Amino acid sequence: MPAGLFHESYRYDERIFQTWFVKAWLIAFLIACALFPFVGSKYMISIMTEVGIAIIACHGLNILTGFTGQISLGHAAFLGVGAYTCSILIQHGVPFIIALPMAGVMAALVGMIFGIPSLRLRGLYLAIATIAAQFIIEFTIRRWDSLTGGVEGMFVEPGILGPFHFDNRIQLYYLTFVLAVVATIVIKNIVRARSGRAFVAIRDRYLAAEVIGVHVFKYRLMSFAVSSFFAGIAGALLAQYLEVITHESFTIHQSIDYLAMCIIGGLGHVLGGIYGVGFWFILERILEVVTTNLNTAFPDHITWFVSIREIVFGCAIVLFLIFEPDGLAARWRTIRAYWKLWPFSY
Amino acid sequence: MESEFLFFMQMLLSGLSMGSIYALVALGFVLIYKATSILNLAQGEFLMVGAYICLSITLDFGLNFFASFMLTMVFSVILGLAVERLVLRPLIGEPIISVIMVTLGLTYILRGVVIMIWGNDIRQFNIFPEQPVDFWGVKLTYLYLYSLGISLILLTVFAIFFKYARTGIFMRAVADHQTAAQSMGISVRGVFAMSWCISAVVSSIGGILVGNIAGVGVDLSYIGLKVLPAVILGGLDSILGAIIGGLIVGILEFLSAGYLDPYIPAINEVFPFIVLVLVLMIKPYGLFGTEEIERV
Repeated sequence: MPAGLFHESYRYDERIFQTWFVKAWLIAFLIACALFPFVGSKYMISIMTEVGIAIIACHGLNILTGFTGQISLGHAAFLGVGAYTCSILIQHGVPFIIALPMAGVMAALVGMIFGIPSLRLRGLYLAIATIAAQFIIEFTIRRWDSLTGGVEGMFVEPGILGPFHFDNRIQLYYLTFVLAVVATIVIKNIVRARSGRAFVAIRDRYLAAEVIGVHVFKYRLMSFAVSSFFAGIAGALLAQYLEVITHESFTIHQSIDYLAMCIIGGLGHVLGGIYGVGFWFILERILEVVTTNLNTAFPDHITWFVSIREIVFGCAIVLFLIFEPDGLAARWRTIRAYWKLWPFSY
Repeated sequence: MESEFLFFMQMLLSGLSMGSIYALVALGFVLIYKATSILNLAQGEFLMVGAYICLSITLDFGLNFFASFMLTMVFSVILGLAVERLVLRPLIGEPIISVIMVTLGLTYILRGVVIMIWGNDIRQFNIFPEQPVDFWGVKLTYLYLYSLGISLILLTVFAIFFKYARTGIFMRAVADHQTAAQSMGISVRGVFAMSWCISAVVSSIGGILVGNIAGVGVDLSYIGLKVLPAVILGGLDSILGAIIGGLIVGILEFLSAGYLDPYIPAINEVFPFIVLVLVLMIKPYGLFGTEEIERV
């Protein structure tokens, strides 16, 4: 193992995998994920599919909030746009291979419309504008009965792609897994490229960015578009996963959840989304076990445990922000830096 | 013609009463924002908690309404102080996203605790008489009248408080310039705590009023988000703006329910948000807010 990195040229500095060690681990991880359906139970495969979908959604939010610094409290609504676009298109006989990207494109267009206020708004005001976006989209889904089925929701016809039918859970898992990997690669490369550096410049000091020639509005709109595109794809997958979609799958609570996952994982880190989603789902599983055990132990007080999930997640968000504001990604980096030089940490 | 005018007045007055409650809650938002530059998105949950406590003291412990109202105020002060001290003070100087997110985390905790204690059902106060009062054909229930009255009295009291009272002037000073205020011997921390207290009190009064109108349930907390358009319309840091914005949003909500409903059902649920987006596009700092001027 290397004791430290010493780059001799910019080409080395910009490499995706800085050491062979990282590369080896990553390949091992991917193989483990690919082999997972052969060992995991049906339930675990469903959960992992959900994790993959959440990772794609969080990557999108991370581009917008983590890298460009535009707070979005309406991310779930864009997932909704994608979910309904894809499902409606399939219903009208459009093949899945076209419907899936169209879901992303549609979400990106809607995202850009709500990104227009970012021309003049920053910080708090933009956050409020995205709350408005959330409510307006949710209302449209709920009330446009003829298109979306209104409050009752709609059945999603399974997508078909060549020999694959995505009502099969294992095939849906592989689709999600491949797309999540692609999403991660895309994010990593956006961040390394010109547009990613422009995003970060806008986040850190947008006036200075404008002075050095970054077209602030263009890149803000672009980050809205990219973020919503990811949300749209994630939404389309979520629709396939849920099989019945209603407006209740895309409320402001889900938006807050996605933002919380990003913050816990680490805003502005490529892997932040993955860490955050992992933490979130592991905590959820633990809570599920704890709640069922408590329910069987104290059957008279079931009402007490209904809201344990909300309280624990609320506490997790608050505690992370107070004690670990940079998220798990930053913590992991410090731990790794410590062990890399151990025992000669000086 | 006659009946059309009556319908308009009916909508206008109902909107005004609801708007006065919005104005109260908006005042809670603005107070905290002005003093501490924090947008407290948990305001709606403060409101809900206040309503639940008042309800539970009145109905479960059988105290009279006035006594439980007072006890609720005391509790709100404690809640405001606790939140400021435990959650928000460690975050002074952190980026906006952390502060927004921490208040959202609070919403989860407060809602969870409320469900844990009181369950999920919607309950009714049933304190004010049901039959409406007739003003030359415009019918208003006592509830709306009381809400309008209480809100107007409180709003006047606060206007006077900020203009003449010592603490009120301190609060304005801190809002204006923190370091300058501190060097004049004003306790900035004290003012922060004070604004959280007042804000919690004001929103639980709003909660009790809305709870009387719509019943007390977990959904009461949505009022907090519904008030956002009012706050933005008036300007985030203007007390007068909060009041006017609240009234306008209340009236708009009822007028849109009255006139646009046949075309788009239930449009009144989102109409304030559509207005909000338009306001943000045209005049982002609201009617009375301070514009941030940026120079390089």
